[in-house]
Amino acid sequence: MEHYLVAMGVTAGIYALMALGMNVIWGMAGLINLGLVGFFAVGAYTSGILTLKFGWPILAGIAAGTLVASLFGVFVALITVRLRGDYLAIVTLGFAETMRIIMSNELWIANGTDGLSGIPGPFRQALGPHAFNLQFLAIVIVAVAILFVLLQRLTRSPFGRVLRGIREDEQVVQVAGKNVVMFKVKAFAVGTAALGLSGALYGHFTSYIAPDLFAPLLTLYIKLSLLSGGLGNNVGAVVGAVLVVFFLESTRFVIPYVPELSAVQGAALREILIAVALLLILRIRARGLIPEKVGDFPLPEPTRASQPLKP
Amino acid sequence: MALLEIENVTRSFYGVNALNGVSLSVAGAGITGLIGPNGAGKTTLFNCISGVIPPDGGRIVFDGADIAGRRPDQITNAGLVRTFQIARGLQRMSVLDNLMLYGADQPGESIWHALVRTPVSVSREKELVDRALAIAARLNLMRVIRNPASDLSGGQKKLLEIGRALMAQPKMILLDEPVAGVNPTLAREIGEHLTSLARDGLPILLIEHHMDMISRLCDHVIVMAEGRHLAEGRFEEVADNAQVQQAYMGRRWKSAG
Repeated sequence: MEHYLVAMGVTAGIYALMALGMNVIWGMAGLINLGLVGFFAVGAYTSGILTLKFGWPILAGIAAGTLVASLFGVFVALITVRLRGDYLAIVTLGFAETMRIIMSNELWIANGTDGLSGIPGPFRQALGPHAFNLQFLAIVIVAVAILFVLLQRLTRSPFGRVLRGIREDEQVVQVAGKNVVMFKVKAFAVGTAALGLSGALYGHFTSYIAPDLFAPLLTLYIKLSLLSGGLGNNVGAVVGAVLVVFFLESTRFVIPYVPELSAVQGAALREILIAVALLLILRIRARGLIPEKVGDFPLPEPTRASQPLKP
Repeated sequence: MALLEIENVTRSFYGVNALNGVSLSVAGAGITGLIGPNGAGKTTLFNCISGVIPPDGGRIVFDGADIAGRRPDQITNAGLVRTFQIARGLQRMSVLDNLMLYGADQPGESIWHALVRTPVSVSREKELVDRALAIAARLNLMRVIRNPASDLSGGQKKLLEIGRALMAQPKMILLDEPVAGVNPTLAREIGEHLTSLARDGLPILLIEHHMDMISRLCDHVIVMAEGRHLAEGRFEEVADNAQVQQAYMGRRWKSAG
């Protein structure tokens, strides 16, 4: 049981990294990115291939996974720059599926649907399975903490202010004198870097990745994390991700006690429960458990008392 | 030469000519009114000047540079800032954040400066807070400075529109119906704010339908009709102009003189 909890802790941490990255793009800048899992896959495959086939050190692989996912993010942002709302959602969803289908069919890249196995993990042999998981939990927690602090800084900075402005009304931000396209690209670059990082960590943790791990359902879990935690809010993103993993896993234990239910029906019931939970959250707390606050950002004290203004 | 010079600007939407080669010039001082019946092309002209909609043709010269077809952010940074007819507050942002967003030259808008909190970005932020608070005090928005823009009354939203434009340190502002839908008392107050801004040396071009506002505020009035410049002069002069009356009221068939 303890092994299981530690593994779930790592999963929750990786979900939290994804939720934090998604929050920059969707929560702050208001851009719907349903291609999340595609960037996660890019990070996982990049680091997996470089460490496994080219013998790169794990840290270098993770850095490369983060960077390459971010480059894909810039690319997708540039080609979708004129799209918003549903249209952006469809194109990004298409991107993720394209990635998955390429990885399934282009065997020379990473063995197609067989996937990559034996991706090295830090000190995997030396530590043994349990200590390895514990160590990885520590790594993931540190990664979440660092990313959280960095993104918190971005959120509260003038950069974050422009992104929130874009979420509210793009045209007003243009008239405010900001190059909206550049800011959208930057939001994608930062967010997808976090997604790539989480993918790379995931690969080194499980040691195995395959295309069918990167199905759209994962994107929806992260969306659910943000919605339940509080969209636009980094604390909410982390809390939501932990809650979603807890909910997904705990229902595993509850379902078998429901009488007269076959295993298949039980699995379906879990999916239904997740849908019900989402509906309840949106009905009762539409802004999530920890809603984004408006106007609570600490600003530097004015240097002088307000004085008459000359335009 | 006038601060804003518009020459022969055209713009059509799917075959409908909203602007039929409008030419006008706006002085670099005082309040200039832009009036005309509904559909005259006033708002389209504003959209073309501010870059929100690119003009099909013509020249728009501001402060010596042709700005026709430039992006809205470039035009704002050149010192020409517009407001919107229907106040478009950034709803889930505070009044202060709404103002701060319009601050120019903030290095903290780049990722590196934001992450490191460089001294230049922090000190610029202080300057912008000073300016935002001064503007809020001037426009009586101090009481709601921390409130989300969605909580403001209609009149306060109009004031916030003006305040945001001022944040950008404009050389001229374009106001699209700054008192539409506002109660008469607040409308008068907004009018007083505009007069005092103009007196402090900020030229204003103003679209407005309230003729009493126009007559009270504007030194010079330009009339547009059917996408063209129709007449201009002091308010009394254009109000007496038969062509202007015709544009507003229609033609009289059996004129008694």
